[in-house]
Amino acid sequence: MEKSTVIESDRRESKTGNMLDVESIRKDFPALNQDVYGKPLVYLDNAATAQKPQVVINAITEFYSTINSNVHRGIHYLSQQATEAYESARVTSQKFINASESSEIIFVKGTTEAINLVASTFGIENIGKGDEILVSNMEHHSNIVPWQLLCEKTGAKLKVIPINDSGELEMDELKSLLTDKTKLVSIIHVSNSLGTINPMKEIVTLAHEKNIPVLVDGAQAVQHITVDVQDMDCDFYTFSGHKVYGPTGVGVLYAKKMHLEKMPPYQGGGEMISTVSFEKTEYNTIPHKFEAGTPNIAGVIGLAKALNYVNKLGLSAISAYESQLLTYASAEVEKIPELRIIGRADRKASVLSFVLENIHPHDVGTVLDREGIAVRSGHHCTQPVMDRYQIPATSRASFAFYNTEEEIDRLVKSIKRVVKLFG
Amino acid sequence: MMNQLDDLYQEVIFDHNKSPRNFGPLENADHEAKGFNPLCGDKINVYIEMDGEIIKDIHFDGSGCAISKASASIMTTLLLGKNKTEARELFEKFRTLITVEHDYDEATLGKLVVFAGVREFPTRVKCATLAWHTMQSAINNDGETVTTEKNE
Repeated sequence: MEKSTVIESDRRESKTGNMLDVESIRKDFPALNQDVYGKPLVYLDNAATAQKPQVVINAITEFYSTINSNVHRGIHYLSQQATEAYESARVTSQKFINASESSEIIFVKGTTEAINLVASTFGIENIGKGDEILVSNMEHHSNIVPWQLLCEKTGAKLKVIPINDSGELEMDELKSLLTDKTKLVSIIHVSNSLGTINPMKEIVTLAHEKNIPVLVDGAQAVQHITVDVQDMDCDFYTFSGHKVYGPTGVGVLYAKKMHLEKMPPYQGGGEMISTVSFEKTEYNTIPHKFEAGTPNIAGVIGLAKALNYVNKLGLSAISAYESQLLTYASAEVEKIPELRIIGRADRKASVLSFVLENIHPHDVGTVLDREGIAVRSGHHCTQPVMDRYQIPATSRASFAFYNTEEEIDRLVKSIKRVVKLFG
Repeated sequence: MMNQLDDLYQEVIFDHNKSPRNFGPLENADHEAKGFNPLCGDKINVYIEMDGEIIKDIHFDGSGCAISKASASIMTTLLLGKNKTEARELFEKFRTLITVEHDYDEATLGKLVVFAGVREFPTRVKCATLAWHTMQSAINNDGETVTTEKNE
């Protein structure tokens, strides 16, 4: 079975020092090795979804070719093997974010489902009329809409922490928004449209001083920085598999055991029960109480492979290299006078959002696309962020550990071409 | 591949993008509608003054990409003086031009032929049609915001 510990000898560092051997890493990702419109693909849409290493692709094929069967059901050999692989993936996920117990890891479809799960279980039980839920101006729609739905049902109110011009949370405002009415704080760890890394440990400490639980949306965090949920002391933490080099359709909800044990079930069905009769149904223990129906077994196994892959490279090496890419890219694009970077927080993950004077991001995206460069153009599911900066959309280049400075050079050259074309 | 890009961004489109015609609100408008493309955030308002069945005057404003802005601008220049039926028919012909491969009739489409290149960029079809959907809604007095996600 998988080992989630980092094997030092497997770390692929280049001879020059701390950095990763990117040339060798790129060979692990088959999708990177292709031409788009006759040009080598430059994939800079990693914040939307990351490419998958061959080990993840193989793990999924292997599962369906060998131990495919249902989990926690059969007493036959295949089912035992599948169950073991599935539960081992839970331990890998637990260790990845340093949760204290594997039963605190719930497998879900992704971050969106994780937040909806918390809203419709913990939220319904603990948040009522006149209560307040605190989010920030930089949330992804998936950390806004589930709470709005809850507010509609319960009569609670959504409060918003403003952000400054650099794209950082206004911490003084945050402090004054934490009141006796606040029943939950739900904040994005790393902003998908600005790149800002929010000071979650500090926020959790402030909220806990008033006994307010905190949910952290980690969809854009776990692939870039080391996350330790015990150190952070958050009550809930969520992430999606596909953004951390795993398959789509799988993700993790971490919740403290004390919450999970009190929370009502999310969905009813198989697996989440211990006994069912028409008179009374007893629910299963955690985490199974929250995993109704046959789960995405192959996806969960693929996710564990991806987490192990990231562990082997090491998140500290990944963070250092990606930070170098971001610094390089930011300095290069700044030389273009018509370009303005949106999101200039002191602490940033490798997300570079920008606008060009009088040129719409959609046109930028089309021209870059024909140069073989994949970026995202749009509001990135963060319309309140766009409103904050009074722009309709941005172009966003988001870097992963397999990107290179040569790719950034191609990006910069193409942006200059756009400026010339539309100038 | 650069040829396709040149086909998409023709000089006429750059020109209308930079200096859109009939841009801004219309004082005597008796019909108007809002259009929104939630995918890229394009927002457009179309204002029309009708004289019976005839489009007496038509303006637009809002924010959008070069394709949506040029399409809106050229649309306003072509629909002046047309009646409702002619406007609808021109929209249909325009839609066919940018979505279906066929020999188009340059005489009826006029300046719109510059959008023939959009056909090679399926993700941009909605940009080109947003103003037209909005115009249609304004004439019909639907009063609802048009979104590209309902109409395509």
